[in-house]
This record gives sequence, structure tokens and C-alpha cells, in this order.
Amino acid sequence: MDNQEHKNEHEHHITPYSTYVYVWLGLIALTSITVTIAGISLGDYTLAVALLIAAVKSYLVINIFMHIKYEELIFKVFLILSGLTLLVIFALTFFDFTYR
Amino acid sequence: MSHNEQAVESHGHVHRDDVGAKMGMWLFLFTELLLFGGMFLIYAVYRFQYPEQFHFAGMELNTTIGTINTIILLTSSLTVALSITALQKGNKFLSIIMLTITIGFALFFMVNKYFEWSAKVSHGIYPGSEEMLNKQNGEILFFGLYYVMTGLHGLHVLIGIVLLTFILVMIIKDKIISTDLVKLENSGLYWHLVDLIWIFLFPLFYLIQ
Amino acid sequence: MANGTIAANLKTFYEEGTTKSNKGIWSWLLSTDHKRIGLMYLGAIAIFFSVAAILGVLMRLELIAPGETIMEAQTYNSIFTLHGVIMIFLFIIPGLPAVFGNFFLPLQIGAMDVAFPRLNLLSFWIYIVGAILVLVSLILPGGPIDTGWTFYIPYSVRSGTNISLAIFAAFVLGFSSILTGLNFVTTIHRMRAPGMGWFKMPLFVWATYATAWIQIIATPVIGITILLVILERMFGVGIFDPALGGDPILFQHLFWIYSHPAVYIMILPAMGVVSEIIPTFARRTIFGYRAIAMSSLAIAFVGYLVWAHHMFTSGMSDTARIIFSLLTFIVALPSGVKVFNWVATMYKGSIDPKPPFLWVMSFIVLFSIGGLTGLVLGALATDIHLHDTYFVVAHFHYVMFGGTGTIFFAALYYWFPKMFGRMYNIKVANWGVGLFFVAFNLLYFPKFIMGYLGMPRRYYDYLQEFSSWHLISTVGSWVMLIALILVIGNIVYSIFKGEKCSSNPWGGVTLEWHTQSPPPLLNFQEIPTVKHEPYDFSQLEEMKNES
Repeated sequence: MDNQEHKNEHEHHITPYSTYVYVWLGLIALTSITVTIAGISLGDYTLAVALLIAAVKSYLVINIFMHIKYEELIFKVFLILSGLTLLVIFALTFFDFTYR
Repeated sequence: MSHNEQAVESHGHVHRDDVGAKMGMWLFLFTELLLFGGMFLIYAVYRFQYPEQFHFAGMELNTTIGTINTIILLTSSLTVALSITALQKGNKFLSIIMLTITIGFALFFMVNKYFEWSAKVSHGIYPGSEEMLNKQNGEILFFGLYYVMTGLHGLHVLIGIVLLTFILVMIIKDKIISTDLVKLENSGLYWHLVDLIWIFLFPLFYLIQ
Repeated sequence: MANGTIAANLKTFYEEGTTKSNKGIWSWLLSTDHKRIGLMYLGAIAIFFSVAAILGVLMRLELIAPGETIMEAQTYNSIFTLHGVIMIFLFIIPGLPAVFGNFFLPLQIGAMDVAFPRLNLLSFWIYIVGAILVLVSLILPGGPIDTGWTFYIPYSVRSGTNISLAIFAAFVLGFSSILTGLNFVTTIHRMRAPGMGWFKMPLFVWATYATAWIQIIATPVIGITILLVILERMFGVGIFDPALGGDPILFQHLFWIYSHPAVYIMILPAMGVVSEIIPTFARRTIFGYRAIAMSSLAIAFVGYLVWAHHMFTSGMSDTARIIFSLLTFIVALPSGVKVFNWVATMYKGSIDPKPPFLWVMSFIVLFSIGGLTGLVLGALATDIHLHDTYFVVAHFHYVMFGGTGTIFFAALYYWFPKMFGRMYNIKVANWGVGLFFVAFNLLYFPKFIMGYLGMPRRYYDYLQEFSSWHLISTVGSWVMLIALILVIGNIVYSIFKGEKCSSNPWGGVTLEWHTQSPPPLLNFQEIPTVKHEPYDFSQLEEMKNES
């Protein structure tokens, strides 16, 4: 690690207060949407919609609150690989339970 | 400087690598992700096997308390993020205020949880109770998972409270300052993860209508 | 690597520690020096290995003849469970990463220590706490556990023995494993010496990297699974117990989602050590460096996709069985890549058959037998016949003990001069390898035959027709005991009385051979700059000039 690189690392990206507040507003809005939708019967789609909204919310939290947007590329690679592993585990397990 | 002194320093604070520290924290968060992932897998399988009974059991949970707790956690996530920005900008006072609010919200969350659980227990719904054993299999599993998953999440909230309190003291004592705040950032990451897990727990348990 | 790697006489890490006082027991127990922590793991692991090996010998003794020989059936159940639990959770999973990973990972990448030295010490102590919990579960009133190391539901919920404590111990040990893993990943990403790009890292580092990822991603799954079993036992929460609607096969899924990748935690670092030893003793750069490095990652990844091949007879769906059987065969590809590259490395090399190299040769034979019989078990049709027989027992002993166990000794004999600055008796070491190899096959090969003939695993008693095979196997266990005493005794003796040796007795060229033996506290006089490929033996001349 040369010195140049070290210097850059100590300079943080500072997220402005306003960004956080907007994201928070978005999260609250999504929460009210998901609660409202749960009251309406969408049949088979209820679960899918609920999970989709949860996914959008977690995308916001991870990207902005958890700062992953401003981290080095390798952090994103790690995150995607871990998430993918979890998905694969789900998929393979359901090969058993779906076709039993 | 003798060799020994160098050694002590290199194991102390001289060699500082914030990116490395954050990387370590993220790796730890992945283990948390997979830990809860295992439980979500169990939930998914049983919900697949007993869709009606899960639906039926889910009706008994209190959506209002669930929603309030969701908003509490989301807001506490905001305040911990604001606390980091404040300290980065050198505003120690605001940072302390925001972190205190975060801890306050976390305690509020636990109080709600306490009332929620005790209401369930007073209705005889708890693992091993007679009421519970008379229920159908899918319902027993639902409530088993409900207690275990929200319980383990609650444990994480408690750990978060302790962790954030330590960080708060360190900020007050100037152990964490605007140029060296990776400990605050990492604790923030942990707290966001607690929020993140709740984002999935909430619709899966409280919104089965 | 000409820069700053002088073999001058700095104080060694034995003479200088990280604590205030450089002497006494506390300078070890509280040391954050990765080398001292590695040696402490070595000490602890040696003890647990010996205990579990003796349990194994006792099992074999019981099985020397049909019927009761030296113990009751319940005792036998406990002993095979403990043999499994101790060998797997206390010896073979932490073995290579915790001992040699700790000691040599920072040395091989030219770092002063791991990324989080204090966390490293913590994970050692968590390991010790876990080990103590295992031992406590033996003596408490409920009695030692009798479920087998797999803790299958529903028996693990019903059994009256100290299951909760023992699996809590496994949880604690898992936590230690996770912390070690995240420490290593961060270390490899952040602390490589200047000039050491990813494809200049020694292959042991690549293997450790892949292993560390499995430790991070897979371990939490078993953590939560066994935690749920404890909750189920203590509070009657309905999760897996079929009496409460649970699905025992789901437990098996979750158990193997960790425990299958865990076999790669065991074998990957071993493969890394092999990739270190072969070039050094063949005096030839490794053949197919990138292929070997990438196959480590491939094994780590594909290792996640095959867990249910442990469950072909459990009653899961046919679709799942076919898919998992297919995926299992894919793992053989990257493993094959490694074996062929090792053999190609030796081709036309000038081979110097010193003890570490001999260990590796016996590894290649034993591991190949283990690997190929794995294909027999991975095939759906043959597995139905062989499932839960001695064939499986033989297979995993060839892979685990013949693979990882053998390489544990290979690594010890390879790096011993670097760790202790002394040399062992080469002649005795050669005899040790030879005797080990003979004993191993005597002990475990008959199990393939018995398994093929239908001898079920874990049984206390057996039919007369198996008795001669059991007898051979038991005799093999005695020879194995002698071999182990020879192999370990040689090491223990040489730690204190061995001849002092030079800093690079084998002519290795990876970074750990560029510093003195034993290394100083900070590993190098100054952090080296890497200019060569990892196995470029042309630098040997340069290295001679350095010292």
C-alpha cells in the first residue's frame, strides 16, 4: 500500500443530512404502502408485493444508510456474492420441498 | 526507538486502516445475514408447507405494534446516520444528541416488544403451553418461529443498545473524533443491519392478513 | 526479493513478545503475535487429536471380535460420537487454518501480523472455551452425548444426554472459526507486501483465502441450526421436532448446508500446503499456477451446491436427488485440476525426497482413493446400496485423515525448521511416513470391503462373517498408534533437542524463507518488496547472497 492510496482512504465521503432525511421519508412511505396493501387481498401476489417492497427498502438502507454506494468496488462484490449464496441455498432447498 | 517499542506500537494504534476495519465489519455482517438467512429458509419451507395455517396464525399478531416498531427502527436508523454525518462535520454536540435519540428509540422498541410478548403469553400462546399444543402443526411452527426470530432480533437490539452506549461514552470522552470515527461508523453499520432484518421480519409475520 | 530481507540476528519472537514482560506464561496466553497464537493452537490441537485418536483405538479394540469386548453399547455410542465431535470440531476444522494459517499467512504475504491481532487472540480463547465446554459435557450427570456428531433430529431432541451443552460448544467453536475467517480475508485484502499482486500470492494463501470465505458464509447456518435445537430442547419450541409438525429432513438440509462446505474448510488449506511443498522439493515452478488458484475458489463455490448428497436416502424429492448427484460430480473437476497440476509440476523436476515430500506423496495416493470412492458415493444408484455402511466410513477417513490429517503432518514437517529454528531426525521421520502409510491402509482399507459387503456404520456388534476384516483393521489401529508416536515423538523431541538449522534448509523461495528462523517479532527486518513470481527458483542464488 503506497502513501498516496492511504491518504485517499482517510478522506471520507460525507453524506449530507438532507439525503438521509429524504431516504428516511421514502422508507416511511414504503412502510405505509406495504401496510395498506396488506389490507387489500391480492391473492397469490400479496407475498410477492410485500417482499418486493421489503427489497426496495433494504436497497435504500444498504446503499445510502450503510454507505455501500460510496465504498470500494470490492465491498459491492462481497455483498452480491453473499446475497447470491443465500439465494442459491434457498433455490436448491426448494428443489426438495417443491417436488416432494 | 528500540525494536520492542515499535512492536508495541504496531500492535496498538499506529498502523490504522479504516478500510480494513470496515471490511472486517462487513464480513461480520454477512455472517449475521446468513444466520438470519437460515431462519428465513426454515420460515419459507414451513410457510410453503402450511400456507393456510400460517395465514390463520398470523392474524393473531398485532399489526399496529408491528408498524409502530417498524417506524421506530427506521427512524433510529436515520438518527444514527445523522450522528455520523454530524461528527464528520465536527459537530460533536449534534452527534451526541442523535446517538442518544437512537438509543432512546432502541429502548422504546424493546418496551413495545415486551408488551407485545406479554400479551401473547397472557393469552396462553407461548412454546410448550397447553393452548399452543392444542393448535394445528402449522400454527405451532408459526409461533415457534415468531418467538425465535423476533426474540433473536430483540437480542440484537439489546446488544446494539450496549454497543451504542459505549460509543456514546467514547464520543463524549473524545476517544472518537471527527478524524477517527470508524468505530462509530461500524456500530452504525451494525445498527442498520438490525433495521434491515426487521424490514423483512415485519411483512412476513405481521402483515399476513 | 532483494530488499531488506536480511537473515541478520534480530531477537526471535520467542525472545520478544507483545506483552510487557517477555517471559512467563502470560506473555503467551495474552500475546497478540500471530506466531505465538499459532503455536498455542498447535499445542491445544495436539492434545485434542491425541485424545480423539485414543478414543478411536478403543473403538477398534471393542470391535476386534463380535459381541461385548471391553465396553457396553451405550459407552460405545458415546465414544464414537466423541471421536467424531473432537476430531471434526476441535482438530480437523481449525487444524490447518488456525495453526499454519495463523503462523504462515502473514509471513507469506510479507505482513507484520494479521489485520486484527487482538481479535485473533480472542478467537483463540473462544476456541479454548468451546473445547472446555465439550470436555465438561462429558462429565456432567446426563452423560456424554450419544447422537453421533451429526446431531440428527429427532433423537437429539429426545436423548437424555448432555446434548444442549455439547452443541452449544459447537456453536462457540463456530464463532471462533468465523472470527478467524474474517481476520484472514481482511488480512489478505489489506496487508500484502508491496509488489505482491493477487497472482503473486503463494498458493497456500489462495487456499486459505477460499477457506476463510467458507468459514464466514457457511458457519452461521449451522450456528443458527444448533441454536434452534437447544431452544427446542429447553423450551419445547416447535421447529424441527415432527411431534410438533416440524420436518427432520429440513434439519438435515440446514446441517449439511454448513457441514458439507466444512469438508472444504478441512481440505482446501491442505491442498494449499501441497502446492507449497511440491515446487520446493521438485525445484520447479508450479505447473498451472492460475488454474490451481482458481480451482480453490471454484471448490469453495461449488462446495455450497452439493450438500444434499449426504441425504440421498432421507426421503427427499427425486428431483433434488438427481440435481445434487449431478452437482456432486462437478466438484470432482476442480479437485482433478489440482491433482494433475501437482503431478505435472513434478514431471522433469529434480526431486529431493525429504520427509515433507514423502508425506505429500502418501497424501496424493490416499486422497485419490478417498476422492474416487467419493464418486461411487455421489452416484445416486450406488449410494443407495452403500449409504451408512463402512464404505462411507472408509471414504471419509481416506479424505479427512488421509487427506487433511496427512497434510497436517506434512505442513508440520515442512515448516518445523522455520517455526522452531531446529531440525528433526530425518531418518526417523522417513520411517514415520512409511509406517503411517502402511498402518493407514491396514486400518481403513478393510472398511471399504466390509462396507461393500454390507457392514453398517456405528454398529456395536456384527455378524461372524465380518470378523476377520475387523481383526485386520484393529491390528492396523495398533500399527497406526506406533506410527503416530514415532511421528509426533520426533517432533516433540526435536523442539527441545533438535539440531539448530539454517534459515532455509529446504531451499524454499516464498517469503517465509526470506527471514530468519525462528522469525523476529515483526517477521521481517523491513517489509519486503516482491519482484518475483511466487515459485521462481532462479532467486535462490540471490537469496544466498542476502545472507
